[in-house]
Amino acid sequence: MPILNQLWIILALPLLGAAINGIAGLSLGRRWSNSAVNAVAVGSVGLSFLSVCEAVREFIHLSADQIPVFHDYFTWMVAGTFRAGFALQVDQLTVVMLLVVTGVGLLVHIFSVGYMAHEGGYYRFFSYLNLFVFFMLTLVLGANLLVTFVGWEGVGLCSYLLIGFWFLKKSAADAGKKAFITTRIGDMGFMVGILLAFATFGTINYGEMFRAVSGTGVETSFGVITSICLLLFMGAVGKSAQLPLYVWLPDAMEGPTPVSALIHAATMVTAGVYIVARMNPLFARSPIAMLVVAVVGAATAFYAATIGIAQTDIKKVLAYSTVSQLGYMFLACGVGAYSAGVFHLMTHAFFKGLLFLASGSVIHAMSGEQDMLKMGGLRKKIPVTFYTMLIGTIAIAGIPPFAGFFSKDQILFAAFAGPYANKALWALAFVAALITSFYMFRLIFLTFFGKPRYDEHHVHVHESPWSMLAPLCILALLSTVGGWLAAPTLWEGPDHFKNFLDPVFASAAALAPQVEEASHSLELQFSGFAVLAGLIGLAIAWWLYLGDPERPKRLAKSLGGLYTLVYNKYFVDEIYGALIVTPLMRLSTKVLWHVVDEGMIDGTVNGAADAAQAAGGQARQLQSGNARSYAAWVIIGAVGFTALLLVLLGKRL
Amino acid sequence: MTAVPISFYLVLSAALFGLGVIAFVFKRNIITIFMAIELMLNAVNLAFVAFARAHSVPGHPETDGLVFVFFVIVVAAAEAAVGLAIVLALAHTRQSLNVERVNLLKF
Repeated sequence: MPILNQLWIILALPLLGAAINGIAGLSLGRRWSNSAVNAVAVGSVGLSFLSVCEAVREFIHLSADQIPVFHDYFTWMVAGTFRAGFALQVDQLTVVMLLVVTGVGLLVHIFSVGYMAHEGGYYRFFSYLNLFVFFMLTLVLGANLLVTFVGWEGVGLCSYLLIGFWFLKKSAADAGKKAFITTRIGDMGFMVGILLAFATFGTINYGEMFRAVSGTGVETSFGVITSICLLLFMGAVGKSAQLPLYVWLPDAMEGPTPVSALIHAATMVTAGVYIVARMNPLFARSPIAMLVVAVVGAATAFYAATIGIAQTDIKKVLAYSTVSQLGYMFLACGVGAYSAGVFHLMTHAFFKGLLFLASGSVIHAMSGEQDMLKMGGLRKKIPVTFYTMLIGTIAIAGIPPFAGFFSKDQILFAAFAGPYANKALWALAFVAALITSFYMFRLIFLTFFGKPRYDEHHVHVHESPWSMLAPLCILALLSTVGGWLAAPTLWEGPDHFKNFLDPVFASAAALAPQVEEASHSLELQFSGFAVLAGLIGLAIAWWLYLGDPERPKRLAKSLGGLYTLVYNKYFVDEIYGALIVTPLMRLSTKVLWHVVDEGMIDGTVNGAADAAQAAGGQARQLQSGNARSYAAWVIIGAVGFTALLLVLLGKRL
Repeated sequence: MTAVPISFYLVLSAALFGLGVIAFVFKRNIITIFMAIELMLNAVNLAFVAFARAHSVPGHPETDGLVFVFFVIVVAAAEAAVGLAIVLALAHTRQSLNVERVNLLKF
């Protein structure tokens, strides 16, 4: 097992790529050519992908007792009974994540070669991108919460750097900061969660924690396991852009489009889902935490989908769609269908990565235009982009046999009939599925159909180079076949994906409340419903956007306030601004800055200096330059000292 | 013959020392101030000698105090040599022996 015994290789390759590009780009400047950058960046991720493939090949030959593969490389920190090693592990969940991260990562790297070709800071972009892959791999390979946390913070850093890649643009720099600060709110919870886990179990290694917890039963009241779960989920809410911390993700679209595809759709934002799935033995013991996860997930899925309806920026639609789809994944975890959640994570990485890259290709073709209202009729001009994007759209809309259908169908069914079924949440998710289909086809129709709404003399629409189209085609293929692992369930066959992941979720499944196995016909019925939702969404979009062009405007007018509300994203940014940001700014400026910092801290320091200066000013008058006055002082001192001695000794005498 | 009691010597020494101090502080002429210093030193010498005498027993003379006196005389001679050189330099540059006017070294 050459790779499984040397797991660090998978990590080291992208890190090496980042270091080479970063250092060479900085020190050599223009002499470090773009093709050298390409070779290093794509090569390192490509090799990493190959080593993951080799690792997977070795992994499937392992027997059950050899899993997870665990390597503790060195002791990282020790404090009392606390010990954290730099430990990596591979189990089935990690395998899925590794393939997604390096696979989609590689495709995005290849796409970026074409997309970023004319940008300044080329080496910087790829250095960050490689660094991101390194941290993401650390996150999924980490065998204890602390190593995972390092990756967790590292991807946050890379996200910040890449959102603000065009840092001269104020909105991009601000968006980077917003993403960093918003996720930090969640990360605080994550950190406290790690500490609480250590205080409770005396270890932060996944395996040891799960063994420690295996004896305990389900926690019915709000206890320590629920607290750990909710704190970790708080981190997940920030990282995976769920209610109420989702606000950073739409703004993160300021970054280059490949970044949106890799970080803000396929990998980083799914870290929250990963951690919930990873901690499933704990979550399974806390129905309260499960319910919270499910409610937050379903609410976000619905809420973000409604915002997606009215957006006109092509990337913003996809951003809200991502938030919504992440909600589905959490809903799946919350209703105990972890493998369905991870399945959706994988298919979503395919089709949302595809959609983002395709939107990047559209933007590239339109020379930077992102407003869908200024597109239209692009179908004939950029056919490859159109067809691949259409496949992505069909996949996300949940129409068989494309990937999204299988994963979303599983989630909806689990929400309705699974062990933690909740009909209200199912209804919410079902409506969200309908809306998803609607806004995605709206995007397609506005962009590719109808008459061109741009100035055809000025905008020269051109198909992207093959370095960009090839990743699109591969992702389109994956979006088509990616769900077929679960396809045999349609004729009562095995779900290969679920069977593969089941060992990871076995203890959680054992704890789940027993429910009657739903009949296969009910399952098929539900699949039918899910497809119907997708088709209804498609039909509405068709009716609105392929018919009379005035129809959407009339509808918007007749909806009045509701439309304004949705169009302005429920004014959440404004509300957060008024409730949190402005008071915080005011507190910082008026109290912390002017009173505490300037008044108290500076006041103390300056006051001490002023007092010393004033005292010195007075005291220096003594140095009059008159030798006789010094003599007088000496005498006064001598007399005083003698008097003191007499008084003190006089008592004894 | 009755020995003069030590207190007599000490009172005389203190009186001389006090005079020296007063002269040192209140006189302006630098030569006078020098003389005041000499007066103080010799007042102390007197006290040393008096104590040496008082602590001696027949057959065992106490010599520490006497030795100190020689030290003081030596130091006073050295001080007078340096001091008078300074006085000469001052007299040259200032055309005056008034210490009130030698006050440049101040804040």
